Amino acid sequence: MTEHGPKRHAKNPLQRTRLPLLPPSARSRRAHGLTLAAASGRFMLQCCAECGRYAYPARDACPHCLSEDLPFRDAPPRGELLSETTIQVTSDPYFRDHMPFRSGLVKLDCGPVAVVGLHRACGGPGSQLELSLQIDRAGQAVLFAKPLLETPDMENDPQWRELTAHPKDRRVLISDGRSPVALPLAKALARAGASKIFVGVFDRWKPFETEVAFDAIDGVECVDLDLTSERSVQDLARDIGAKVEILVNTADHVRPSHLFDAGLTNSAREAMDVTVMGLMRLAQAFGPIMRVRGADGFAGAVAWVNVLSVHGLSSQPKFGVQSAAHAACLSLSHWLRGELRQGGIRVINSFCGPLDTEWYQTVPPPKVDPRSLADAIVDGLIRGLEDIYVGDVAKDIEARLFDNPKAVEREAGR
Amino acid sequence: MSGYILGALAAALAHGSVRVVDLTLTLSPDFPTIVMPPELGQSAPFRMERISHYDVKGPAWYWNNISFGEHTGTHFDAPIHWFTGRDLPLNSVDTLPPADMIGPACVIDCSKQADEDADFLLGIDHILAWEQVHGRIPQRSWVLLRTDWSKKSGAAYANLQSDGAHTPGPEVEGIRFLVEERGILGFGTETIGTDAGQAGHFSPPYPAHHYLHGNGRYGLQCLANLDLLPPTGALIFAAPLKIQNGSGSPLRVLALVQERSTG
Repeated sequence: MTEHGPKRHAKNPLQRTRLPLLPPSARSRRAHGLTLAAASGRFMLQCCAECGRYAYPARDACPHCLSEDLPFRDAPPRGELLSETTIQVTSDPYFRDHMPFRSGLVKLDCGPVAVVGLHRACGGPGSQLELSLQIDRAGQAVLFAKPLLETPDMENDPQWRELTAHPKDRRVLISDGRSPVALPLAKALARAGASKIFVGVFDRWKPFETEVAFDAIDGVECVDLDLTSERSVQDLARDIGAKVEILVNTADHVRPSHLFDAGLTNSAREAMDVTVMGLMRLAQAFGPIMRVRGADGFAGAVAWVNVLSVHGLSSQPKFGVQSAAHAACLSLSHWLRGELRQGGIRVINSFCGPLDTEWYQTVPPPKVDPRSLADAIVDGLIRGLEDIYVGDVAKDIEARLFDNPKAVEREAGR
Repeated sequence: MSGYILGALAAALAHGSVRVVDLTLTLSPDFPTIVMPPELGQSAPFRMERISHYDVKGPAWYWNNISFGEHTGTHFDAPIHWFTGRDLPLNSVDTLPPADMIGPACVIDCSKQADEDADFLLGIDHILAWEQVHGRIPQRSWVLLRTDWSKKSGAAYANLQSDGAHTPGPEVEGIRFLVEERGILGFGTETIGTDAGQAGHFSPPYPAHHYLHGNGRYGLQCLANLDLLPPTGALIFAAPLKIQNGSGSPLRVLALVQERSTG
């Protein structure tokens, strides 16, 4: 049933779990312009500022006019297949596990000719293709082509699945079921075909009205998980650590405060304990087992998602503690990304402005509906992104940070 | 004389005619703590992080770092805990007179009423009825409210509803009577507070805290095994940690109980 992708079935306990290998990852510093684009799902190539022509692969000077002014710019993501090759045998250890491998030579609409990975639904030479830059298992950008029109079960293409983190047939852990994002996220993951969704709930002795709504979703199971307790996190990892292919950390601790408030350090400690130390406890408990399961079959471990505030990138004075906590989480996420990359696990950070939830009651619009954030996270998994900016505030800060970080700092909270 | 009493006590303990009853619940991460509205400061729950476990961080030894709020698990409330007791002498756990750490206990069994009504309140009539049977409550004794609440756990123990916690405790006039008319040393409960779950709506709010601490008396909460104590005659050992200027602390509460002769 390869046409529909193999369904999850119990592993043969007598067989060894295959260990993850990574595709070749050497890239020039220039080529990380492609990585930057791929991380957020953009299609950007170098475009000469003098002659206006596009160039690929990444280089230091324009191949047409030798100008060194060669910035990355958005490019039309289309092209025509010139020729194709299906590789049957290779000596590369990673690709040996992914044979046969279909690749093609594509004439991009913007000019250059590139070698790209080909989705199996693509037609032969002469067909028009949709191009994208994807982050591969080693964390590097590669070009991939799909047909212009969607075909059924496109997500099951083995080459495409390696470049994404599709929830289909995978088991997910949502770390904090009390987060307003958790319920819409569980629904979106279920719609995307996740086979099981564990939802962590802390302080089960407190009322948890949403449990009924979680129970109504097929495949959802609420489990005890308190990120502030080393024992709780480790106990859950002992139980289900080997069954988590996607982990979404939704934990947060939002408390508006002023830097000179009495007792601020107490609430700051609580916030850091839930967010920063919570992420660290999760990483310690679930990171090692996810990392070794990066090649564990069609639905092996694939992604770790941190749900962060965009104010981790630029402090918002009214939510200074949360901003500082998420800045620390961002730093920690880069550390985690480096560790998990060795197993081919993608660490995705979603950045969001104020949510339309209780703690942001007095914050003026625009605010993000938790359902929009949930949909964006699942979309990011399906497309294989690394950085997701959700909502007007986050997108605005992203663009302005790119332009002038000092201006963002000066204007914060105005 | 004292040597004789203590010697006899030691012999009775060895012989088993005096039993030691542990009135303490286990400090664990998932034990409920008092819940305040989230915009207010919160009491930290019990947490334990491993330092080493005969491993690379300490090859021959096992130990942990622990953290908790002063009012976590089975704990002691000192007078300084409440605004009414803030100006009293010797009002914090480090200045607490050691003699006050040992005292007799009267156990008022309201387990049946609490079973029928989570919001059961101990009033003067209940106290007088108890005294009719067991005699007048002696001065400087602990009064322990037995509700068997400690046999519950998790959500049933915290019993949080949308309008707050529903757990038994003393009525305003009941606790005033114990403090002002009987001169008790302190008041102990099996629930998260010495006050009832809904006591924030009383006048004054939280009367047990208000009157006990305003008069230099103490509180014990999250007690267990009160069903193993006789109505009178038990001796309570309640020595909180000596925390500088501390408002309370988790502690081990022990009771000495003399076996009644069956001869």
